[in-house]
Amino acid sequence: MTDDVTTPASVLGEGSLDPQALETVIAAPPSRFRHDYLEVRDLRVVFDGFVAVDGVDLTVTQGDLRFLIGPNGAGKTTIVDAITGLAPATGSVRFGGVELVGRASHKVARAGVGRTFQTASVFDELSVLQNLDIAAGAGRGAWSLLRRRRTVPETVDAALETVGLTHLRDVPAGVLAHGQKQWLEIGMLLVQDARLLLLDEPVAGMSQAEREETGQLLQRIGEQRTVVVVEHDMEFLRSFASSVTVLHQGRVLSEGTVAQVQADPRVVEVYLGRSAGARGSAAGETGGE
Amino acid sequence: MTARLRLWGGFAVAAVLLFVVAPGALSDFRLNLLAKFLCLAMVAVGIGLAWGRGGMLTLGQGVFFGLGGYLMAMHLKLADAGPGGVPDFMLLYGDGTVPGWWEPFRDPVVTVVAILVVPTGLAALLGLAVFKRRVRGAYFAILSQALAAAFAILLIGQQKVTGGTNGLNGFKSFFGFTLADPLNKRMLYFIAAGVLLAMVAATRLLMRSRYGELLVAVRDQENRVRFLGYDPAGVKVVAYATAACFAAIGGALFTPIVGIISPADVGVVASIAFLVGVAIGGRATLLGPVLGAVAVSWAETSLSEQFPSFWTYFQGALFIGVVAFLPNGLATLGQVWRRRRAGPGIREDESGQPDDGTPRSAPEASLPADAPADALPGRTA
Repeated sequence: MTDDVTTPASVLGEGSLDPQALETVIAAPPSRFRHDYLEVRDLRVVFDGFVAVDGVDLTVTQGDLRFLIGPNGAGKTTIVDAITGLAPATGSVRFGGVELVGRASHKVARAGVGRTFQTASVFDELSVLQNLDIAAGAGRGAWSLLRRRRTVPETVDAALETVGLTHLRDVPAGVLAHGQKQWLEIGMLLVQDARLLLLDEPVAGMSQAEREETGQLLQRIGEQRTVVVVEHDMEFLRSFASSVTVLHQGRVLSEGTVAQVQADPRVVEVYLGRSAGARGSAAGETGGE
Repeated sequence: MTARLRLWGGFAVAAVLLFVVAPGALSDFRLNLLAKFLCLAMVAVGIGLAWGRGGMLTLGQGVFFGLGGYLMAMHLKLADAGPGGVPDFMLLYGDGTVPGWWEPFRDPVVTVVAILVVPTGLAALLGLAVFKRRVRGAYFAILSQALAAAFAILLIGQQKVTGGTNGLNGFKSFFGFTLADPLNKRMLYFIAAGVLLAMVAATRLLMRSRYGELLVAVRDQENRVRFLGYDPAGVKVVAYATAACFAAIGGALFTPIVGIISPADVGVVASIAFLVGVAIGGRATLLGPVLGAVAVSWAETSLSEQFPSFWTYFQGALFIGVVAFLPNGLATLGQVWRRRRAGPGIREDESGQPDDGTPRSAPEASLPADAPADALPGRTA
């Protein structure tokens, strides 16, 4: 147990990410990821006659760090829900050659797709270690489930290092600071061995320093895995996005690099025009789609 | 390893109390009553697992308790039957023939296997059907309650084969042992005590296993677990079926110990009564459900003897008091008290999760300063 840390300041001081340890978690033969890419074709989601997503096409390759942006109700979170089997969808979503539309959520997850939610949803009553151990264990058999955990899996240890929570591993996740919870979620995606990471506002509520660290971590992850980020924070987007898809009213409005998208007059009109200049005003929006 | 020491110490104390102190101190009548309470406590252990750890409000455990009890009663009636092999009540209400589906239960082995398999299997099937459709919360509670009501009505309606409202009673022997003999009654008590201890041990192993952690995760964030690649339905079914199995064994022992099983023991009221002890004792703890169930039953019996019409009010008041001031049950009284005493800002040496029986080493002492205050019950620092 590492609970001898008593002063809050020292806890926060240690709470930094360790990208070096990342290599251990996601170490895998590069060939394994070579053909991974997300291919969304003509995705439609309709809720009681309301068309939330209207024929979206999206291709995200491995090594890309794709940001999905758009005003409230543009369908960003709904697309993530549709990919992960939470919202009923038509069309096609393929990842690594596997069709995901129509699959149950847990089978989508087993196909290598991991996601986070807008509100950090960790298991509050379980310790940080237990959270990660559960995330790492979807493939466990009944026998290993029915026994106690004797040793900490190597990937879990490395993920703890990566997200800077080693010193808090026996603390209930419920008492973590907001940013630490978000990091724990990213750690859970890593040990889950998700090859497609769908992150819904991963830096919401984080301090500027935490954002920097998170962004760099996501870039490192994005080199080896496919990462899609739904985000409102324009500053964060400009710093870390390698490509951007702008959504508006359930459709793809524009796609390209940050510069290309910012130069697109349609984007300026519906979205960036209102919020690109003033940093933070876009972050005030809540993606309630 | 103090935790391990405490665990074995606890089991040793419980064993001494159940196997030495209670038989020595109690009259045969009281010991038989305690045996009955232990059977109810078996149901409570299962409810603690399914409800406390798994979040499934099982308002219909009477069904599985009743299945176990009736299966046992059928065997006892057939074994007691006189010449012709027809139980007395069938001669009274029916046409004097034993229905075909009763016949297998003449065999004691078939009976024991059926008690272990039928209710558990039924719970597994039911659980799969319900949890796969993501029925949960109040809807699940209402569904299980309705099942208990339907089961009781079915039993009453089929008087020719179930004894109707009277249930099955008047057993003379238990697998060849005469029930009139106080020594055999004592043996039944020891069986119940041993089975209960085994169940508590099994539950403890399950709670501390990876499965136990997963079950809590499903209770608190079912969707999150789903997106980690697990099927929550499967996780829940295991806990639900285990609870059903415990309830069935409790019912099977209840029948010879009490001498009767009737629709009143398995219906809606009985099913809710199972829950009261669990809630008062502490649903998510290991021993809370057991102690709560035994204490509430004990209080019911002794208070009813003193004040025949007073018990219901007392039970209601106790329930309200516990839910209002100790929502996690009396088992958490110590933790709440320690936290109060420690006061704000003082480092605590011992604290655990409010509804978690597992000792942890001072997790709250190393809180980040900006942790949300509402995450720390009882602390204002």
